[in-house]
Amino acid sequence: MSTTLNPDSLATPAKPRKLTVGTVLFWLAVVAIVVFCLAPILWQVLTSFKVNEDISAIPNVYFPTRFTLDHYIELFTRRPFMRYVFNSALVSVVSTVTCLLIGAPAAYALARLRPLGGRIIQAGILLITLFPGILLLQGLLEIVQAFHLGNRYLSLIIPYTAINLPLTILVMRSFYEQLPRDLEDAARVDGYNTLQMLTKIVMPLTLPALVTTGILTFIFAWNEFIFALTFITEERLKTIPVASAQIGGTSVFEIPYGPIAAATVVGTIPLVLLVLFFQRQIIQGLTAGAVKG
Amino acid sequence: MAKLELINLNKTFTPRIVPVKDISLSVEDGEVLTLLGPSGCGKSTVLRMIAGLEEPTKGQILIGGRDVTYLKPGDRNIAMVFQSYALYPHMTVYDNLCAGLRLKKVPQDEIDRRITEVSHILGLDDLMQRKPGQLSGGQRQRVAVGRALVRRSDVFLLDEPLSNLDALLREHVRADLKQIFSAQNAPVVYVTHDQTEAMTLSTQVAVLNNGYVQQLDAPENIYNHPANQFVAGFVGSPQMNLLTLPCQGNHALLGDFKIPLPDLPTPPPSVVLGIRPDHIHLLEADESTDRPILKGKVFLVENLGMNNLVSIRIPNSQGKAIVLRALLPPATWANRELTFTLPPELTHWFNVQSGDALVRRS
Repeated sequence: MSTTLNPDSLATPAKPRKLTVGTVLFWLAVVAIVVFCLAPILWQVLTSFKVNEDISAIPNVYFPTRFTLDHYIELFTRRPFMRYVFNSALVSVVSTVTCLLIGAPAAYALARLRPLGGRIIQAGILLITLFPGILLLQGLLEIVQAFHLGNRYLSLIIPYTAINLPLTILVMRSFYEQLPRDLEDAARVDGYNTLQMLTKIVMPLTLPALVTTGILTFIFAWNEFIFALTFITEERLKTIPVASAQIGGTSVFEIPYGPIAAATVVGTIPLVLLVLFFQRQIIQGLTAGAVKG
Repeated sequence: MAKLELINLNKTFTPRIVPVKDISLSVEDGEVLTLLGPSGCGKSTVLRMIAGLEEPTKGQILIGGRDVTYLKPGDRNIAMVFQSYALYPHMTVYDNLCAGLRLKKVPQDEIDRRITEVSHILGLDDLMQRKPGQLSGGQRQRVAVGRALVRRSDVFLLDEPLSNLDALLREHVRADLKQIFSAQNAPVVYVTHDQTEAMTLSTQVAVLNNGYVQQLDAPENIYNHPANQFVAGFVGSPQMNLLTLPCQGNHALLGDFKIPLPDLPTPPPSVVLGIRPDHIHLLEADESTDRPILKGKVFLVENLGMNNLVSIRIPNSQGKAIVLRALLPPATWANRELTFTLPPELTHWFNVQSGDALVRRS
């Protein structure tokens, strides 16, 4: 058995690159999974570039020969789609940053300071994650009305932050607990004060975890639909998911598949870019040398 | 200049967990004090209190006459090497070395000068731009020592710095450390559970057990004149033979043989005899002696390479046979009858109750 960590060696013995039954099956499985996962996205992308006749043509035109950018242009000229993108970005970024700013120190305190009743607090946090989000809607609506938060960004930022806090705290806490205590002791001996130690030593080492939980929070906030639909009714404050769902045709009988597909694509691209951009950061963080290897 | 003094140090976590009960020590400039003891004896806690990572419950810590008991670690001007090295994984070796100096606002040219000097001593020149993850265990250890050296601190603390190295490397680094210690003048406190390190590196050894100093002495005195039964049993490998024997007049009864006791005001009813396995003297066939002669039969031979550790059963008509272990040159010892003596100057006597040595030799 080969003991290398080369990912290729999982499917094939590393040295003689022969085409075995195992290799063929492995790659067939890979292709099948990729197609299964990406087919709907590919369908949306292709639809967004099809001309209207091709979209409604029977039999289906799977791979169009005529391409158009009309749906995209329509999205930005006939509707304030930039505004929706801005709203989504603002709400997602602010709630992600707030979530990390509150969650990371809380997790550090739970992991390191071992407060009285820390285990109970932790159990409470875990309990919250078990709560189905839809059940919160009714109560939250009451609160939003009571505090006059309706049609304000805060009505989305606060719930998004709160809903993602438990996960952030749990993930970050286990990360902090893995961080060797000696490192912090060494920093204190070197003369770092607590704040410097946290920002210069602890934070760079937990960056991968911060990025990971941050991305999860961001994706949640970016895609969230129910709260955004309920708490925001003003057109200029709507986020992408709600706006895309409410794209209507010229008549009740027309479903504008093209613009909807275009809106989906525009809404997805920032997420894809974000994950691709931070992926390197995550992998880098995970492979960085720990205290003792 | 920067003498380190610990005065009646005590650390109480809970009334039941008291790792350090009452410890007073002092380390002069240029001295290497080793805290030696089994795990859980409080040696690491003492070191962490000196470093300021733990606050003592009672007692005082003075560095160069200055009371630092409640100062933060960064304000004590100490340097510490951790067992796990605790290098900052996200910084290069160079940044690891200068992190502490930058915080103390040492000018950049001074930082570079010190780092060049230290990296020359430790052979780190080629590693400066690497990160700890790209270094071997031995290299990381050298960087950790380097990080402590560039500080030019008043006191040096090392917490089992060699325990993560393999045996061969450990011997090399031990020799290097000895040279580094002798080249600089600050007091060094070295924590270890390895007696070889304690013996080779230190000018003073403090043997700790149960939160108390059992004996504070030069390494050779710790080995040759253990102050009590714990020290006798802990220091030395293979372990010293410790036998509780009944006494008759001013003789101790080792099985059927009589061993004369040292001069004591009142002979005790029983006594603990200690003799190191390497100090048992085997009699040649034609050798005559005026010391009491013992006889016994070998029942177990353990080959240690350089020597054989031989277990000898000594007959006892009053009760169970007594077992002595002797370190003898390699030969076919199995099942042989041996005749030997216990050299009185190398025999140790301890009080049965207190475990203290009956005769204090200077």
